[in-house]
Amino acid sequence: MDILQIAIILVKIVTLTFLVVLPLVPLSVYFERRFSAIIQDRVGPNRVGIPFSLLGFKKDFHLFGLVQPIADGLKLFLKEDFTPAHVRKAFYWMAPALTVVPALITVCVVPFGSPISIFGHTEKLVIADLDIGPLFVFSVASLSVYGITLAGWSSNSKFPFIGGVRSTAQMISYEIALGLSIVPVLMYYGDLNLGTIVKQQADHGWLLLPLWGHDATHTLSSKLLFWFPAAIAFLIFTISIFAETNRMPFDLPECETELVGGYHTEYSSMKFAMFFMGEYAAMVIGSALIITLFLGGWSIGFGLDAVVEKLHIGDFYYGGFIHMGCFMTKLLAFILFFILVRWTVPRFRYDQLMKLGWVVFFEAALINVFLAALIVAAPQLQAAIIGIGSVLLVILTAAVIWVAKVSEEQPKILRA
Amino acid sequence: MPSYLFWLFSVIMLAGGAAVIAFRNPVASALSVVACFVGLAGLFIGLSAFFVGVIQILVYTGAVMVLFLFIIMLLDLKDEEKSAKPLVPIAAGIGLVAAFTMQLIGVLSRSPDTTAPALDAQTFTVAAAGFPASSKIATNLLSGKLPDVHLIGRTLFTQYNLPLQILGVLLLVATIGVVVLSKRQAD
Repeated sequence: MDILQIAIILVKIVTLTFLVVLPLVPLSVYFERRFSAIIQDRVGPNRVGIPFSLLGFKKDFHLFGLVQPIADGLKLFLKEDFTPAHVRKAFYWMAPALTVVPALITVCVVPFGSPISIFGHTEKLVIADLDIGPLFVFSVASLSVYGITLAGWSSNSKFPFIGGVRSTAQMISYEIALGLSIVPVLMYYGDLNLGTIVKQQADHGWLLLPLWGHDATHTLSSKLLFWFPAAIAFLIFTISIFAETNRMPFDLPECETELVGGYHTEYSSMKFAMFFMGEYAAMVIGSALIITLFLGGWSIGFGLDAVVEKLHIGDFYYGGFIHMGCFMTKLLAFILFFILVRWTVPRFRYDQLMKLGWVVFFEAALINVFLAALIVAAPQLQAAIIGIGSVLLVILTAAVIWVAKVSEEQPKILRA
Repeated sequence: MPSYLFWLFSVIMLAGGAAVIAFRNPVASALSVVACFVGLAGLFIGLSAFFVGVIQILVYTGAVMVLFLFIIMLLDLKDEEKSAKPLVPIAAGIGLVAAFTMQLIGVLSRSPDTTAPALDAQTFTVAAAGFPASSKIATNLLSGKLPDVHLIGRTLFTQYNLPLQILGVLLLVATIGVVVLSKRQAD
C-alpha cells in the first residue's frame, strides 16, 4: 500500500465521517426542534443567525435559525462538567465515548454514491468496500449497547440503572428481529456488499419500487412478487431500527415520565451531549441502512442512473457527486420521517415493547424468510413442490398465530 | 496481514485476557473479555476471514457478553471485590493452564509447518476451477475477491448439512426448555 492510497483513504474518512455524517447530527437536532414546533403549532427556534447588529448594522440575518444548533453545542461545551461524587469514575467517563464511537464506525461501509473517476483513476464513494456490509453494521452497532448499559450502571443511582437495564434488554431483543428481517433481502440479492446491492437496485429497480430495468433474469412479475416479502421486511426493519436507536415511540431507556432522564440523568455538559450525538448518529446510520437496502441508496431511479454515470468534463466523471446528493436528500427525508414519528406516536409501555419484539416481529420475520425463500426459488421448482411449500407456509403461519394467541392468556396468579 | 497489525491485535487480546483475572471488579473483568474478543475479531479479519471476525463480534461481544454484563449488574456482586486468595481455585487454574499449554504444544509440534498459499490470482484461479463456471463463488474468485461468506455457506449447507440441522434442533430444544422452565415458575 503506497502513500497515495493511504492519503485517499484518510481523505475519505475525514470527509465522509466528519464533514458529511457528523454535521447531519446538529442539523437533525435543528429539524427536530423546528418540525416539532410546526406539529405543535409553535414557531420554534428561528432567531439565531449571523449577528450583524453586533458589527453595527441595523438588522441581524436570521437564517431561519439554522445557527441554533451551533449555539446549543457551544452552550453544552461551556456548561460545568459536573461529576457526582457517588459515580464509578472510570466507567462513568468511558460510557459516553462507547455510545458515539460505534455509531461513527458504521459509517465506513455505507456507499454514498456511485464511483467517481478522474484521470482514469476510479474511486468508490465508500470508506471500506467490505463484502459483509450489513453484518458489519449490525456487529459494530451492537457494541453501542455497552455505552448505555455502563452509563446506567456507573451512575450508581436507581433511575439511570433502570434505564440502562431497559436499554440492554430492548436492544438485544430487537437485534434478533433486525437481523432476521433482512435475510429475505440478502437472499434476493445473493450478496452482502452494500455497494453491489445499490448497483443492482440502480440497474433493476429499487426493492420497494421495481418499475424499471426488466430483463430475462429480472422479470417484472418476479420483482412484483418479491415486493410483498420486501415490504414486510421493510416494515419490521424500520420499526426495529426505531427500537435499536432508542427513538420514540420506543425511547423507554430515557422516558422522562418514569425515569427522570433515564441512563443519562447523572450526566452534564459535553458528556451528556455525546449521548445525544450518539443517539442522533445512530439514527442517521439507521436511515442510511434502510435507504441502502430497500430504497435504492444513491440511485436516482427510473433508468436515469446510467445517464448520470456517463456525465463528465474531460476526464472527470462527476456523476458520483450527483448520486451523493440524491443519497443525502433521501437521508434527510428519512430523518424527517423519524422526527415525524417521534412527535406523532405516543410512547409504548415496556411490556408492549417486549411483546411486539418477541411475539410479533420475531415470528413475522421468520415466516417472511420462508415466504421469500419460496418466491426466490419458485422459478426453478416444479408446480407440485411450490404447492406443498405454500401449504406448509400457511400451516406454519396459522401455528405461529395460534401460539401467539395462547401466550396471550393470563398466567395463573402466583401462589405464595 | 501486515505483521504490525498482527502484533497490535495480539497485544489487545492478551492484555484483555490478563485483565480479566487481574481486575477485582466483575464489570471490569467482563469488559476486558470484550476487549479480548475485539482483538480476536481483528485477528480473524486480518486473516481475510471477514465473516468469522464479524460474527465473533456480533455473537460474542454484542450478545453473549452483554447478557453477562447484564446479569453481573443485576446481581450487584460485592463479595468478589474483596481481595481473597483461596489456594484451591488458584491451584486448579494453574493446573488447567498447564494442561492446555501441553495440549497446544502437542498439537503445534505435530502439525506440518507449511505456509498458507498467498491470496494471489493463481490461487484464486485454481480454487475457482472447483466450482461451476457461472456461479457466484467462481466469478468472485476469478475477479480476485475471496467470497468467504458464500464459501462458508456452501460448506455448511452441503458438506455439513446434517450436523447443522442437528445443531439447529439442539438450540430449539434449549429455547423451548427456557420457555417451559419460566412458565412452570408462573404456575
